[in-house]
Amino acid sequence: MSGTKATPLSRRALLWVPLGVAAAGGVGFWAMLRGMRDGSYDPRGVPSALIGKPAPRIALPAVEGIDLPAFAPDALAAPAAPVLVNFWASWCVPCVVEHPQLMALHRRGVRILGINYKDKPADAARFLARHGNPFAALVADAEGRAGIEYGLYGVPETYLLDKGGLIRWRWAGPMMPDTLSAELDPLLRRHA
Amino acid sequence: MIPEIGHFALALALALSLAQAVLPLVGAQRRDARLMAAGPGLAAGVLIAVATAFAALLWSFALNDTTVTNVVQNSHSAKPMLYKLAGAWGNHEGSMVLWVLILALCGAAVSAFGRNLPGALRARVLAVLGMIATGFLAFILATSNPFLRVWPPAADGQGLNPVLQDPGLAFHPPLLYLGYVGTAVTFAFAIAALIEGRVDAAWGRWVRPWALASWSFLTLGIALGSWWAYYELGWGGYWFWDPVENASLLPWLAGCALLHSAIVVEKREALKTWSVLLAILAFSMSLLGTFLVRSGVLNSVHAFANDPERGVFILALLLLTMGGAFALFAWRAPALAPTGVFAPLSREGALVLNNLILCTIAAVVLAGTLYPMFADLMLKAKISVGPPFYQATVFPLALPLILAMAAGPLMAWKRAKPWPVLQRLWWVALAALGAIALVWLVQGRPILPALGFGAALWLILGAFVDVAERIALFSRPRAALARARGLPRAAWGGAVAHAGFGVTLLGMAGMGLATERLAAVRPGETVSLGGYEWKLEGVRDVTGPNWTSRRATVTVTRGGAPVTVLQPEKRNFPLARQSTTEAAIHTTWASDLYAVMGEEENGRATLRLHHNPLAPWIWLGGAIMAFGGGLSLSDRRARVGAPARRAAAQDPGAAQDPGAARA
Repeated sequence: MSGTKATPLSRRALLWVPLGVAAAGGVGFWAMLRGMRDGSYDPRGVPSALIGKPAPRIALPAVEGIDLPAFAPDALAAPAAPVLVNFWASWCVPCVVEHPQLMALHRRGVRILGINYKDKPADAARFLARHGNPFAALVADAEGRAGIEYGLYGVPETYLLDKGGLIRWRWAGPMMPDTLSAELDPLLRRHA
Repeated sequence: MIPEIGHFALALALALSLAQAVLPLVGAQRRDARLMAAGPGLAAGVLIAVATAFAALLWSFALNDTTVTNVVQNSHSAKPMLYKLAGAWGNHEGSMVLWVLILALCGAAVSAFGRNLPGALRARVLAVLGMIATGFLAFILATSNPFLRVWPPAADGQGLNPVLQDPGLAFHPPLLYLGYVGTAVTFAFAIAALIEGRVDAAWGRWVRPWALASWSFLTLGIALGSWWAYYELGWGGYWFWDPVENASLLPWLAGCALLHSAIVVEKREALKTWSVLLAILAFSMSLLGTFLVRSGVLNSVHAFANDPERGVFILALLLLTMGGAFALFAWRAPALAPTGVFAPLSREGALVLNNLILCTIAAVVLAGTLYPMFADLMLKAKISVGPPFYQATVFPLALPLILAMAAGPLMAWKRAKPWPVLQRLWWVALAALGAIALVWLVQGRPILPALGFGAALWLILGAFVDVAERIALFSRPRAALARARGLPRAAWGGAVAHAGFGVTLLGMAGMGLATERLAAVRPGETVSLGGYEWKLEGVRDVTGPNWTSRRATVTVTRGGAPVTVLQPEKRNFPLARQSTTEAAIHTTWASDLYAVMGEEENGRATLRLHHNPLAPWIWLGGAIMAFGGGLSLSDRRARVGAPARRAAAQDPGAAQDPGAARA
C-alpha cells in the first residue's frame, strides 16, 4: 500500500506472496483430494484408537429437567444387545440432520445411550421435545470430559458397542440413511 | 429430444466462450478493432446458448422426465411445481448450469452497458470472462453433465427432501450465485487492468458498480440463507459459522473491502495495487467456496455430493485462475505506482482502516474454516473450530470497524481534523453510551447485547448525521429538502447501507435478549411468555399436496386484546418417510412470536414458544444494506460511467498529479 517505506525490491517480493500462499494452499488441497481417493484422508470417517477396546468409564449425571435416566459406566460393560452411544448437542446443526435416523433406529428397537455434549439442559429438552426422543438413557457432559475420554472429533458422533462392551465402530458426523444401510446395519446384525 | 438440445447448447456455449476468451484478447494486443468487436457478439451468443441449456433443464424438471438421471435423483412427480423447478438448481449439476448462466448474463451486461469503456479494456474484460466460462463449461461437460439419460426410465424420481421444499431455499442459491459471479466481473476488470498495466480513477469508477452489485446480491443471499436457518432449523440461531456459511461470508468481506477501496482509487488514485489484489481475492474466495462445497474435502451438512474427480477438476480451475492471476499480479503490479500520499487521519485513512479490519476478519474466518482440514492433513489431528473461536476473534475486530464506520464518512478527503468530526458525533456517542448503560441496567445480562444496542445506535445516528451534514439540515433547514434531492444517490446509498448494518446489529442485540418456554398443554390452556398469553385452541389433521400434518392453533393475546393466531405444524411426508416441523412465526416488528409444535402425549401437546425481540430486523437490515447498494448503483455517475480517460496517462508508469482527485 502507499505510504509504506518499502524499497522497490522488497515491495516486489511482497507482491509474490499471494502467489506463494495460493500455491501452498493448492498443494494442500491436492494432497487432500489424493488422500480421499486412496483412503488416507477422510474428512468423515475418523479412525478411533478405541476400536476393539472397552468404552471409557465415566460417571455422568442425568440431564436436568429431562425425564430420562442416566446410565452408569457399568451399563456399557456388558449390555444385553449392541448399543449405540451418541454424542449430540442442541446447538449442533448436523445433529438435526442426523436425528431422523436416530428416531428410526429407536423405533427398530436399537438401544441408544445419549451423551448431551456441552449443552444447556433447557436447550436439550427443547430439542428432544421438538424432534422426538430416541434415547433410552441420557447423561449430560457439560464440561466435555467424556468427549476427551472418547477422543471426540465433533458432534454428532456415534459409537457402536458390542455385547462384550467393546467399541466396534465409530462414526464422526451425522449418520445418514445410507450410513445405516451400508455401515451400521451389517454391524448390528453381526454383533446381535 | 429436449435434453439433447440442452446438451448440445452447452457444447455450443463452450465453443463460443472459447472464442470469446481468445479473439478479443488477441484483438486488444494487436489493436485490431474488428477482433475486439467480436467480443460483444460472442458474449451474446454464449448467453443465448447457456440460457437454452438452462431452459431445457427446467423443462425436464417441470415434466418430471424420468429418463434424465439428474431428474430421477433430484425430483419427484409429487412435488409442487415451484419446487420441481427449484430442484433444477438445487443439485450440483443444475447449480453449475445456473452459475454459468449468470456468468453469461454478466458478460452480456458488460458488453451492453460497457459501451463507454475503452475498446481494448472492454475486449480484455470480455476475454477474461470468456476464459472463466470456458473453464466452467468444460467442467460441466466433462464431469457434471445434467442431461445424462437413463434407460429404462425410472418409475419416479427419488428426490424428495422435504426440508428443502421451502421458498427461502429455492431463491437462496440464485441470489448467492449472482453475488459470486459478480465478483468474476470485478476480477476480469482487475486482470484487464494488469494486462494494460494501468489503474486510474476511471478504472475505479468502472469497477465500483460491479463490486456494488455483487456485494448487494451477496448480502441478500446471505440474509436469505440466515433467515431460512432461523425459521427452518432455528431454535434462536441465525448464524452457525458452518464452513459453508463462511464460504459465502468470505467473498462478501473481500467484496465489501473492494467496494470501499475502489472509492479511494476513484477519488485519490491511491490503493491501486491493493484494489486489484482485493478484486482477485474476492473472486478467489468465491471459487474457493465452490471448491470446498463441491469437492467433499469439507465435512458439512450443506455440502453437495462428494466426488473427488470433480474436486480435482475444480481445484485445477481454481489454481489456474488464482495462480495465473497472482503471477500476473506479481509481475505487473509494480507498474501500478501509487500516486496519492495521504495522512492517516482522512477519509482515505479511514477507508484504509476499514480495509485492514475487513481483511483481517476475512483472514480469521478463512483460517478458522481451513485450519481443521489442514490440521487433519498435516498433523493427522481432528480438530473442529466452532462458534466460540469466531465469537472470540470476530467481535473484538468488529468493534473498531463499527467505530470507524460512523466517523469515516464525516472526514474530509486528504486531511481531516479530529475536532470537527468529534463536534458532530459527540451526541451520537453519548446516545450510544446511554443505550449501553440503559440496556445493561434494565437487563443486567451479559454485556454483549448492551454493546450491540450501543453500536447499532451509533451507526444509525451516525448515518443520519452524515446525511444531515451534507444537506445542512441543522444550519440551514429551509433549503434542506432541496439539497436532499440534489444529494448524489451514492451518498444516500452509503448512509443507507451503513444504517442498514446498524439495523442488523440491533436485531442481533435484540436476539441476545430472547426468551423461550417449553410447555406441555391441553387444548384450552394458556401459557404466558414475553408479556403475551398463548392459548392452545386445539390440534387437528391437515392434508397437503404430498404431506399430512398435525396442526395446532394457538391464539396469542396481550392483556386480553387479540394479537395473532399461530398455526405451528408437524408435517409428515409419507413418500420420503420424513417429518418436518413447520414453525409458525408472527412478527410485530418489535419482536417475533415463534411457536413450534412438538410431540403429543396423553392429550397434551408440547409447544415450544419463543419471544425474539427485534429478530426480523436482522434480515431487514440485510435488505436495507442491499437497498443502499442499489441506491448507490442507481447514481447517475455509476450509470453514465467515467468520462474519457486523460490522454496524458498513456504511459502506464507515468507520474500522475497526486492532487487530481476529481469530485
